[in-house]
Amino acid sequence: MERIPILKMGEYLLVTIQVDMHDRLAMSLQDDLTSRIVSARAKGVLIDISALEMVDSFIGRMFGDIAAMSRVLDAETVVVGMQPAVAITLVELGLSLPGVRTALNIERGMDLLRGLTAARGRDDAGSA
Amino acid sequence: MLVPLSENRPISSAEDVVAVRQAVRQRAVDLGFNLVDQTKIVTAASELARNTLQYGGGGTLRIEEVIEGTRRGLRLVFEDNGPGIPNIELAMKDGYTTGNGLGLGLSGAKRLSNQFEIQSRPGEGTRVAIVRWR
Repeated sequence: MERIPILKMGEYLLVTIQVDMHDRLAMSLQDDLTSRIVSARAKGVLIDISALEMVDSFIGRMFGDIAAMSRVLDAETVVVGMQPAVAITLVELGLSLPGVRTALNIERGMDLLRGLTAARGRDDAGSA
Repeated sequence: MLVPLSENRPISSAEDVVAVRQAVRQRAVDLGFNLVDQTKIVTAASELARNTLQYGGGGTLRIEEVIEGTRRGLRLVFEDNGPGIPNIELAMKDGYTTGNGLGLGLSGAKRLSNQFEIQSRPGEGTRVAIVRWR
């Protein structure tokens, strides 16, 4: 079956979506990512959508769900590389991706992830 | 309104929804839509095609190039023979859904279009037509 690849880079998972996903494929990515966060003990997930030419309410909701699930599993998610036309359309559609952290590109997304996971580490140390 | 070009597409699977997005994109490119307008009509098409599949039990899309006076545009007509929508006003509200989505399909598609028409009768199906001008 068709799958979106998930790469492991240290304590982070990297997903680059390069195909126009049908709904089942999007759902399987969500399931696969959730399992991989646990099995890889990942601290962060970076989703690169720079190749996506459209984000509709279904795909937008998937990003929100992935972000929420990863948070519950002690990992942070950052979505990077959204094309300007996609962003304009998404907001007009009525979706502002609440709860989803975004960054302009992979480099900034990695910086954001490092900052977020470092802050989590400090919080844990503080509360111990 | 003149209709110089028209094509029909089936909507009976998740893969068909992707094919619809790609066909609408191609027509919008051919008509000279800019990137933002392409993205808007493709996204509206994706929402409405999913509705046709999920709530209408499948149906068809007719893609038409239309001319009115000096302007050109794309008209998309989604039709199904599903259960229909008992309360259209309610169905058009942001956040209202009888499924498990976000309830943005109809209202969002309307915001992304220049013209929007919906006809539905319980037991007879639903027809949604949108136009986006170049």
